Amino acid sequence: MAIDMSQFYQVFFEEAAEHLASMEALLLAIDPAAPDEEEVNALFRAAHSIKGSSGTFGFQDMMEVTHILETMLDRVRKGEAPLTDDMVDASLVAGDVLKNLLAAHRGEDEADREAAEAICHRLQALCNALDAPAAVSSIPAPEPIALGVPVCVTGFDLYFSLLGASPEERLGNLIEELGSFGVVETLATPTADNPECHLRITTEVGADVLRGIIDFVADGETVRIEPFGQQDADGHEAYGFFHDMIQPADEAYGFFDPQPEPDGSSGGAPAVFSVDGGEAYGFFTDLPAQSDAPAEPEPYGLFTDPEPAAAPAETAYGFFDPLPQAAPAVVAAAPEPAAVVEAPAPVAAPTKKPPAVRAAGSGDSGSIRVSVEKVDQMINLVGELVITQAMLTQAASNVDPVIFERLINGLAQLERNTRDLQESVMSIRMMPISVVFSRFPRVVRDLSQKLGKQVELKTIGETTEMDKSLVERITDPLTHLVRNSLDHGLETPEKRRAAGKPETGTITLSAYHQSGNIVIEVGDDGAGLNRARILSKAKERGMAVSDAMSDQDVWQLIMEPGFSTAEQVTEVSGRGVGMDVVKKNISAMGGRIELDSMPGVGTRITVRLPLTLAILDGMSVGVGPETYIIPLGYVMESMQPERGMMKSVSGVERLIQVRGEYLPVICLHDVFRIQGAITDWSKGIMVVLEADGQSAALFIDQLVGQHQVVIKSLEANYRRVPGVAGATIMGDGRVALILDVPMLVGMARRVLPAAA
Amino acid sequence: MLQATQTAAALESEGSGFAQELLTFTLGAEEYAIDILKVQEIRGYDAVTSIANAPAFIKGVINLRGTIVPIVDLRIKFAVGVVEYTPFTVVIILNIGGRVVGMVVDAVSDVIALQPEQIRPAPDFASSVDTAYIMGLGALGERMLIVVDIERLMLSSEMALVDEVAQ
Repeated sequence: MAIDMSQFYQVFFEEAAEHLASMEALLLAIDPAAPDEEEVNALFRAAHSIKGSSGTFGFQDMMEVTHILETMLDRVRKGEAPLTDDMVDASLVAGDVLKNLLAAHRGEDEADREAAEAICHRLQALCNALDAPAAVSSIPAPEPIALGVPVCVTGFDLYFSLLGASPEERLGNLIEELGSFGVVETLATPTADNPECHLRITTEVGADVLRGIIDFVADGETVRIEPFGQQDADGHEAYGFFHDMIQPADEAYGFFDPQPEPDGSSGGAPAVFSVDGGEAYGFFTDLPAQSDAPAEPEPYGLFTDPEPAAAPAETAYGFFDPLPQAAPAVVAAAPEPAAVVEAPAPVAAPTKKPPAVRAAGSGDSGSIRVSVEKVDQMINLVGELVITQAMLTQAASNVDPVIFERLINGLAQLERNTRDLQESVMSIRMMPISVVFSRFPRVVRDLSQKLGKQVELKTIGETTEMDKSLVERITDPLTHLVRNSLDHGLETPEKRRAAGKPETGTITLSAYHQSGNIVIEVGDDGAGLNRARILSKAKERGMAVSDAMSDQDVWQLIMEPGFSTAEQVTEVSGRGVGMDVVKKNISAMGGRIELDSMPGVGTRITVRLPLTLAILDGMSVGVGPETYIIPLGYVMESMQPERGMMKSVSGVERLIQVRGEYLPVICLHDVFRIQGAITDWSKGIMVVLEADGQSAALFIDQLVGQHQVVIKSLEANYRRVPGVAGATIMGDGRVALILDVPMLVGMARRVLPAAA
Repeated sequence: MLQATQTAAALESEGSGFAQELLTFTLGAEEYAIDILKVQEIRGYDAVTSIANAPAFIKGVINLRGTIVPIVDLRIKFAVGVVEYTPFTVVIILNIGGRVVGMVVDAVSDVIALQPEQIRPAPDFASSVDTAYIMGLGALGERMLIVVDIERLMLSSEMALVDEVAQ
């Protein structure tokens, strides 16, 4: 029965991506000095889940990486090894590698095999370094052989019973699978009375890797993996951990060779301890004489129970099995010869933590996974429903409310329900901005290390919600801004100290809602922008600039294509590509970008975005026979102009005085060449608009109403129209155009100086 | 249904090449034909929302079941026929490469199948329509059909329906 796994791939991809993300978040939050047990467990679970599912789906490369990662984390989790910064770094890198591999499996990226191998080696090296203390307590662990010292063992005997039907086929597959790791011999195949299989594999990989593979086909209870060594070796060599020991048996304590005084002076022993510093070595302080006795007739005298050492060579590895919980273990293979040490289990055993409760799979988030298309389709349909409802309401407004009371009540109810429905459907697409912010601790961490700066990242308002499509599209520009702040904004610790500031710089990310917009700010307390440098650079590039420009205008210059004031191009930034792309991306989302800066105090970049791309609070206005929508966020006030308010410049009335301020007037019927509009100032309406910090008055015939409108693209079937941001469908089914207010206001400002 | 099958069978037996099915419509006294596969639907003329500063032949946009669709008046563009909008004015909704465009014509005639040999190349002549958009002249008895490459016409910069970049 072949199951087509590919149909589940998508689920795997999403799950794995989630696990990777949570892993990264945990790694960044964790404090290596005092790791929270629960966090370490969660880390392990994430790695374990990825390993399990990637194995199930046959993504071998991912499984290999996660496997080693899991092995390492497992030790930390069990309290066998302290978590180090190096481990956290390696795990983060492993996370990146896994993301790359995941993307490769999705067909989005090229798999970076070298990076994968490099991280495998790095993690393996970390694991090996841990082996000394780790092996101590892995003895009482359920997998006594899973010591993860692969290079030491030349092969394993595998005993297991196969699960399910058609064992021959499964065995065949397994042998083939194992064949990729080494040479496999089949010593016993399952028979009716003995279901156990016996394979022998000669390989360099660890027992736990093999176990991972066998577990897929075999009954986990029955799996036994026993290493087999060089049968002809003597008993001492059979302790494969000492694979680098080539001395004859009675010199087996060769690992103490570096000690200058072989006579067992206690001074020698602490020297050994200082190499690795594991608690297990404390053992030797009590037993210096024993540990140094080279001619000890029973070489394994260190063992509290020397019995196992006398076991015959070929079963030498088996000696762990019969040992009681408190049995001593052999610990070795640390890189320094002096660090090859033996230690008893009891030292570390009490510190062993009970296995974590595995919560993997039992998601507590209470969420379901729905494709974006389905949500979008739903939003479209609800949009249609709103229009239909508006149409019905309009049609019903002509009937006699007394006779059709029930109809009208029903319609009112429908209106409320539709509005609620629309709101809830729209909120499906809303995501907290923490989704974006959560990636920045990593960016900041990596970059600050690279740049040698000390940075603290503060995030404010992570729960601010915005449309999913915006979340996706804001990530890259925001990353760029944060990198920029780090690279150019913040100074090095020395400079900061010299400037009398704390050495640790701060980058603040904040998000909040403001009048129908979402505002995201990236602030730093760095050196600020250098006005003189920007101006000189602009002049150098032949831009039209003057020293009298306002700061705002000067800052905007850095968003010109190819503009960089960085003294040197770094790996991080300074190539002059970037800010212009950021600006372009943000404008494409209907957003604006503003810069504020003060020398020595810092820089703040403010990004304003519409809440959602799909819906808009609008004011509908009439001009001649046409109806237009003005996005409400831009409307400051509206008024009926009086004669005296209009001021003329060079004979044409172009300005209106509103509370002492002169605002340029835009006549919509002139801009759009609409016939039949009101031209008498006193009969129309002035709407004061503000966009990009500039104000203008828009002259229209009348105000019609205020609605939430669903934005429809005009460009899908037509082209961009200057002054029009989009279209929407009104209650009567007609199309109304949505005005592009920033453009209209800009138009007024640009035309004005020429006319004046 | 039976009739349709017969027509199809008749078509197949008629000639060697692939018969092209064309929708014919009239603009004034002239008969035009376009590839029927480009036609999405035919509907009456509704009130349009005019677009500022657009060429005269772009009447505006309509709401076609939630999609904003621009409407082109071919009579204005080709300078033929009388431009008036009555309840009988017809709009052919085209779907060209995913873009939906409506065009106003005087009347839709019928659907015909033309063999490749029935379409003659158009001679070069001066007209309000660039001959580049005329695929040929179809001869059907006494009738002369002007076969228009509607996709090329609608996507041309002349029609100003698409952004320059989009091309």
